[in-house]
Amino acid sequence: MKVAIIGMGSVGRGVAEMIAQKRLGITVTGIADSKGGRIDPDGIDLFGVLEKKQKTGSCGNKKISASDVVRKADYDALVEVTPTNASTGEPGLGYIRQAIGRKKHVVTSNKGPIALAYKDLTERAKKNGVALRHEATVGGAIPVFHTIEHGLAGNEILAIFGVLNGTCNFILTRMADEGLTYEQALLEAREMGYAEADPTYDVQGIDAAIKLVILANTIWGNGVTLNDVNRTGIELLTPDALHLAEEEDCTIRLIAEAIPKKGLLRVSPRIIEKNHPLVVEGTLNAITIETDMAKAITLIGKGAGSVETASAVIGDLLYIRDRYVECA
Amino acid sequence: MKLEMKDAPGQLVAALKPISDVGGNIIAVIHQRDPGSDSDTLSVQIVLELPKGKLGDLVTILKEQGVHIQRIGEERLLYRRTVILIGHLMHTDLSDTVERIDSTGFAEVSQLSMSMPAINERSSSRLTIKSVTKDDMEKAISILRSVASEKDLLLIEPLEEIV
Repeated sequence: MKVAIIGMGSVGRGVAEMIAQKRLGITVTGIADSKGGRIDPDGIDLFGVLEKKQKTGSCGNKKISASDVVRKADYDALVEVTPTNASTGEPGLGYIRQAIGRKKHVVTSNKGPIALAYKDLTERAKKNGVALRHEATVGGAIPVFHTIEHGLAGNEILAIFGVLNGTCNFILTRMADEGLTYEQALLEAREMGYAEADPTYDVQGIDAAIKLVILANTIWGNGVTLNDVNRTGIELLTPDALHLAEEEDCTIRLIAEAIPKKGLLRVSPRIIEKNHPLVVEGTLNAITIETDMAKAITLIGKGAGSVETASAVIGDLLYIRDRYVECA
Repeated sequence: MKLEMKDAPGQLVAALKPISDVGGNIIAVIHQRDPGSDSDTLSVQIVLELPKGKLGDLVTILKEQGVHIQRIGEERLLYRRTVILIGHLMHTDLSDTVERIDSTGFAEVSQLSMSMPAINERSSSRLTIKSVTKDDMEKAISILRSVASEKDLLLIEPLEEIV
């Protein structure tokens, strides 16, 4: 199978590295970042590209743009792993539309386009007979959409509960374990590289809410948006509150929950028993899926990381290859 | 509740049936014959759960059946939920916050633990709320949500996984 990779950040590099190392039967015919790109129908030397990216900060030729690769390269599936823009979805949204317009499959880790335009994109993909998959948008390495779509096929999904933001979970874990204040735990998260210089997006629950919107749209097709999520962040939590929870054998975690029958879509810090499966440590993510037949299933795993997220992208690519490309 | 009825076949069933008719649930029936009592009446103690407001209906039906109610015990609060409030709890009148729940008549704050750091810093408190029914609990939590929003407090609710 031939793929083009757009975006050479942490996820893009992880995908390129794994394709180069693992003999997955995937040939990369196009690659680009914001500074330039390469197209080679015979397959690009990924080790060379990764080395160039590391040395020069760019992966290719300035005269070939990401858009050129999306529009001109010969590929079966586009791997769209550019940075998330939660308000416009660009530039990823445009690339995805172009690829689908060319009747190419798309695999993305980009939350913006999926949260903003899921219905439109899936309709376009369906019309053009191609797949649009986005396993990597929620829960990093956790195969939540594959689990729901295949492992839980035939089940009615009644509710979803998740710990979807590793930064918040790290901060809350440190506050609970060490009695740190929110400010101290945030500082530590920054030093460890878990929090951005501007942590707003994480600590106000926006990132978790976007992932919840993606889950709800994918599972129930209910067209909800970020504005429909009732959202409270973790910034005002005190070590005392965690201590009070601890006295009852509980702790506090930022929980995203969706229960369509109750019209509930909420991200908020919650008191939760310490032995509950959703109580995971550090930057881990966890998702509980409640269904009519299987009842509750909880998946736990790395919510971020270069190779971890690449695992979800590659899982989608190989699914597309088996399902569409080889029998075509 | 403690009931007294004729010691005749079918009487106990006649007394229990109305409980399910009004949507109640029998938790225990304690039937002890007192050897010293005269033999034509029977005393039975019943522990039961009833939907809110159905006690009056049940009493009326039982009276119609000729069952004498000796005593109705206290209504016990069955549901318990713990929440945490963070913010300027004292400045925003904590006793009023508690009173908003207690004054409902269907729920009450049964425990309160509080930590108070330096003056002007936000304090944290843990409240245990009890109510008779699950619906009442939902109403109590919803009152607490609006109080928290009005007083600019952060309310941390427990995760309830009942779908």
